[in-house]
Amino acid sequence: MRKKSLKDSLWLKVGLLALALVGIVIINLFLDSYKVKVLNLCAIYVILGLSMNLINGFTGLFSLGHAGFMAIGAYTVAILTMPLEAKEMNYYMKPMVPFLLNLNLPFIFALLIGGLLAALFGFLIGAPVLKLTDDYLAIATLGFSEIIRIVFINLQSITNGSLGLKAIPQMTNKFIALPLGLSPKTNLLWAWGMAILTIIFMQLLMKGSYGKAFKAIREDEIAARSMGINLFKHKVMSFTIGSFLAGIGGGLLAVHLGTIDPALFKFALTFNILLIVVLGGMGNIYGTVIAAIVITIAMEALRFLDEPINLGFLTTPALPGLRMVVFSLALMVVVIFKREGFLRESLEKVLEKVRGKYAKNQ
Amino acid sequence: MLKINNMTMRFGGVVAVNKLSMEIEKGQIVGLIGPNGAGKTTVFNVVTGVYKPTEGEVFYGEANEKISQLRPDQIAKLGICRTFQNIRLFKELSVFDNVFIGGHLRLKSGLFSSVFRLPRYTGEEKKMTEKAEYLLEKVGLYEMRNEKAYSLPYGMQRRLEIARALATEPRLLLLDEPAAGMNPQETQELMEFIHDIKDEFDLTIFLIEHHMEVVMGICENIFVLDHGNLIAQGNPQEIQSNERVIEAYLGVE
Repeated sequence: MRKKSLKDSLWLKVGLLALALVGIVIINLFLDSYKVKVLNLCAIYVILGLSMNLINGFTGLFSLGHAGFMAIGAYTVAILTMPLEAKEMNYYMKPMVPFLLNLNLPFIFALLIGGLLAALFGFLIGAPVLKLTDDYLAIATLGFSEIIRIVFINLQSITNGSLGLKAIPQMTNKFIALPLGLSPKTNLLWAWGMAILTIIFMQLLMKGSYGKAFKAIREDEIAARSMGINLFKHKVMSFTIGSFLAGIGGGLLAVHLGTIDPALFKFALTFNILLIVVLGGMGNIYGTVIAAIVITIAMEALRFLDEPINLGFLTTPALPGLRMVVFSLALMVVVIFKREGFLRESLEKVLEKVRGKYAKNQ
Repeated sequence: MLKINNMTMRFGGVVAVNKLSMEIEKGQIVGLIGPNGAGKTTVFNVVTGVYKPTEGEVFYGEANEKISQLRPDQIAKLGICRTFQNIRLFKELSVFDNVFIGGHLRLKSGLFSSVFRLPRYTGEEKKMTEKAEYLLEKVGLYEMRNEKAYSLPYGMQRRLEIARALATEPRLLLLDEPAAGMNPQETQELMEFIHDIKDEFDLTIFLIEHHMEVVMGICENIFVLDHGNLIAQGNPQEIQSNERVIEAYLGVE
């Protein structure tokens, strides 16, 4: 009996995700390209939010190095997918190293290599810094992220330095998009396809014994190691997987924006993801997904706050950055009043109710 | 089974345990008693690898393997597991997950087979699940398996900790004050339970306890610590009539 209901809920989840994919295609058909772009950004933040939640929320490692891993993924994808002409146009101050100049790979391989390189760096810096705990780990990872940025500014013959890279080719998927009646370039399939794969991956990871061991480490390190869990090995595992996903998210972001430069990968970027993780709930997959979508859309919808506002009797001056104040306030409210995030209990209860009804009808 | 050889544990200038030598034989239930601050939990922490002893060694198993330089997780894999004086459960996780995680150290499948649920992993997971369910039934917590660990009452949390430790398949089980906060009825049940699991899982048990009826009731051999020094050792009758023990507990005129 118990086994059966477990299987049912797995199929329920697979069904929901398939439905979401169909829904995304349909939504795609009715939206203009601006809205499609916003929704693509949502998907990218879903991936980034989940990757940070794996490290910070599920394993309890306070890491602030996300922008660094994203930069590795973003630059890898940009350099590997740009055609020769675009590279020659970009690297006018200092020519690019010949080896990379002629290298050109399909998007999917470039994205995977970006993820793997980010994972490699995650693994390499994980070894020394994961011996640290809490705030020290946060400082060390933040430092790493800044080092990556400074190195990228100075590696001019590879990254084009602070000039950045422009005209990164958009991701296309003609074979799937055209038969569905979507535009081959601006569509939701790539980003949302990757986001859904990430959601399924996270579900499977956290359901298994390793995922549970990660949570045990978060709950109590002393108890976890006394139960035979090799803390260091499991922390490095979690950190490396998280870095891989951050690299993938960074790669997608590079293609989405079409232009990247080192200034993009400052701490503010990590902060945006941290906002999603905290508001959605530490250690909560669906909370993160919903928070990523809501916050990304809100960041666009609240743009009017940055502009002059006409209140009828007076017009306020333009206040660039005012919309970020809204998010920072929300973050403070959550940290003070509802540490587990806005969405945790409520979503679980909704799912429970759905399951209850489903069982009754049978 | 376990041999502690001339072990000293110093924290700065404080000597927590001083030149302790003791031996535990396979299949025994051994008690470690002493007044507060005598260094009992420090002994447990050294045996389980939480502290590395300042001097001396700890040996374990038939092969007399030296374990005093190993990490806690390596020692747990060799078959020594413990409970904690101030309960350390995975609070936010379910009762079932707490016990399930206890079996993680025996998992042979890698991360990849776990995520992609290859048959190699699912077979192992099924066994871990069955074992966890069996242990939960054994400690009478099967009905509570979906509750979060922190929501259990104190006595149940203690039993859950023992179930979690048993899931690691230990051969030597260290219990740090298992009867703390229990009433006489519960204490009686606990004593029967300890005998029961010792026989069923072929365990050697080493316990710290303040309840004298537990110590005198089930321990075959008792060690007494006072201010980090071993002051007595023997069976319950010998300990009860030992003058130095009475002195340490009641003071001297």
